[in-house]
Amino acid sequence: MLDVVNLNIEFHDHLTPETVVFDFNLYMEPGEIVGLVGESGSGKSMTALAIAGLLSRHDMEKRGQILFEQKDLLTCKREELRALQGNEISMVFQEPMTSLNPVFRIGWQVEEALRIHHPELSKQARRERAIQALMDVELADARRVYQSYPHQLSGGMRQRVMIASAMVCEPKLLIADEPTTALDVTIQAQIVKLLKRINKEKNTAILFISHDLSLIRQLCERVIVMQGGYIVEGGPVEEIFLSPKQEYTKKLIGAIPKCEKRVTV
Amino acid sequence: MKKKKSKNYKIGATITGVLLFFILVGLFWTPYDPDAMDNASKLAGVSFSHIMGCDNFGRDIFSRVLEGSKITLFVAVGTVAIGTLCGIVVGAFTGYYGGIVDELFMRINDALFAFPSILLGLVFISLLGSGKYNVIVALGVAFIPSFARIVRSEFIRCKNMDYVKSAKLAGAGDLRIMFVHILPNVMTVLSSSIMIGFNNAVLAEAGMSYLGIGVQPPDASLGRMLSEAQTYLFSAPGFALFPGIVLILMVLGFSLLAEGIKEGAGYA
Amino acid sequence: MGKNGDLAGEGQLLTVKDVRIRFTQERHSLFEKKRKKEVLKGVSFSMREGEVLGLVGESGCGKSTLAKVILGLEKAESGEVIHRSQHPQMVFQDPYGSLNPAKRIGWILEEPLRIRGGYTAQERRARALAMLGRVGLEEKIAERYPSQLSGGQRQRVCIGAALMLEPKLLIADEAVSALDVTIQAQVLSLLLSLKEEMGLAILFISHDMRVVYQMCDRVLIMKDGQFVESGDVDTVYFSPRHPYTKELLVAAGIREETEK
Repeated sequence: MLDVVNLNIEFHDHLTPETVVFDFNLYMEPGEIVGLVGESGSGKSMTALAIAGLLSRHDMEKRGQILFEQKDLLTCKREELRALQGNEISMVFQEPMTSLNPVFRIGWQVEEALRIHHPELSKQARRERAIQALMDVELADARRVYQSYPHQLSGGMRQRVMIASAMVCEPKLLIADEPTTALDVTIQAQIVKLLKRINKEKNTAILFISHDLSLIRQLCERVIVMQGGYIVEGGPVEEIFLSPKQEYTKKLIGAIPKCEKRVTV
Repeated sequence: MKKKKSKNYKIGATITGVLLFFILVGLFWTPYDPDAMDNASKLAGVSFSHIMGCDNFGRDIFSRVLEGSKITLFVAVGTVAIGTLCGIVVGAFTGYYGGIVDELFMRINDALFAFPSILLGLVFISLLGSGKYNVIVALGVAFIPSFARIVRSEFIRCKNMDYVKSAKLAGAGDLRIMFVHILPNVMTVLSSSIMIGFNNAVLAEAGMSYLGIGVQPPDASLGRMLSEAQTYLFSAPGFALFPGIVLILMVLGFSLLAEGIKEGAGYA
Repeated sequence: MGKNGDLAGEGQLLTVKDVRIRFTQERHSLFEKKRKKEVLKGVSFSMREGEVLGLVGESGCGKSTLAKVILGLEKAESGEVIHRSQHPQMVFQDPYGSLNPAKRIGWILEEPLRIRGGYTAQERRARALAMLGRVGLEEKIAERYPSQLSGGQRQRVCIGAALMLEPKLLIADEAVSALDVTIQAQVLSLLLSLKEEMGLAILFISHDMRVVYQMCDRVLIMKDGQFVESGDVDTVYFSPRHPYTKELLVAAGIREETEK
């Protein structure tokens, strides 16, 4: 479904061009959950933005191919790209406080993708699908949330709303860029569970970006480890956890604090 | 410091340096008496004897530019100095402590802000009488509200930062926190408004001189010369051109210098 | 709650007794009545010298407020805080906001000494440079501005600045949460080695159960302004009693989800 071939991303805002992603390759089947792990500055967010088609700045150059159902997102027309965005590919960001527009009601924002990609729907039908989407992300009082403004919701609820608005068109690929980093641990666990359920029920492929290997282990089947713009290692999660081949991966895994009982009780 | 100076700094320092050099020279020596009139050379063009030509009274423009830029610089610097210093004090206290005093000062500030600074200047001049020192006081006071407002909002932003808490934990007193810890952080924002303030001061002085309540003739100031020259814009373009160029260079040099200093400080 | 580990006041560095605090909530309209929200509902605990005590809770549970009360940055409505330590210091979460961007690192490290007074410029400089070495940074860092350092380096500087006055108690409020995992591990081991070296007690505030387990001897679990569980880390982690503790452990992937 998604096939990224030799993606290179270069910045040209300085005198010497600076490459932030080198020869990135990724293949994803429908319904697969792939984790992308790396520390800040490893190029993981840049890669995600490029796949979502959100890197269209004039001061950067992208080389390689991003094939989504045989269509190259880097060379296709703007209209074709726009038809995919929010409809087939959608994205959830890290910061639940700024990724919702504070002046519009939640319902309006969840419906936005429908308004663009399914103009044929009636107002009533749109409303129903939006409420359904809100219910799908386990928001208890979907009708009340539909009427609310972002500041009336907690961080965890906002992130659910973000997922709902990303899922309202039932995309084939959901890119989640550190969606749980800003949340409390117990909420984090709930969101991860929710993503797992969505993946199972709707067969949505998820590209899950995080710096937290233990979260990736809970959610993903495959993982790609990035460092300094390069893919360091990739493969099934358990394999990488049990026998990491690269020094850097070992270091990352070693940095997770161990929680084994020190004294026997 | 052996850090490389930026291009802005170099250009700005050069322009400002050259201007200051000429102004310094002008303090002691000018080719002609700036106020001496010469009927024979009224509106004379550029020549070897008058390198910038002469004005409508036959006074040497180069001499008058030297004299005028001195007064303009003096008025602008004085104005900005008064506005900035008072603005910092008012803004720092109101922003840092907040509460009733803050509320009170800011309402007064709002009221003052509602008048254009020229108009406020006019009021002060009519109270104090004209002359360049009074112009400085009048414009300076008129400039306080805008500086106070900027400083206040920056203080409000900074006073909740963690480094201020650390300073408190280390035992620093309020005054120390305000003027040693917070103030340098305000300077980055303040310096650009000082630049704008400087430009405004130059223009306000010119405007007031034009209205006849600023620098009094026969004293020359760049703004005054510009307004005198506008009648002769076509017959003697040099009359307006040279003071104008010097004015632009003065503002530009100062801006670039400030920009360069900011870059050199490493946290801009 | 919170009484465990209380060694009858002997060697007690810090005792917090029944601290309560309420915040006035902002009014949405002029006519609304002022409402008060209870942030700390009577918390008591004590710390021994050289102990690392973990304080775990989610955002808004009052853990940062408790830290501020201990440091005297916030006044408690009732209850008392008894210190044996002279200058408790704090390391904050955000490595970008906690260093004054307009000052060089050397200046920042010297500032506590300057405020206390009684040191010559050379003494201050020498101590600042020595501290840089202690927190694992090069001496040339002293000439840099905070914006020229990485997050990990900044957090080391923060720790250094907090330790300049040689406090007996250091409060670390989510001190490593904003850092990358590998950097996090380095800063944690720095804290532990400084603790050994200086006999420092650390109140380690975090929402990360794993990090707390690695760092601490005892742990306090806080929810809605109260401690729900406290005790030795191994006891709390492997035989938790309160459902909230269990929830936290499950969320951190330490405990398998049991029957629900």
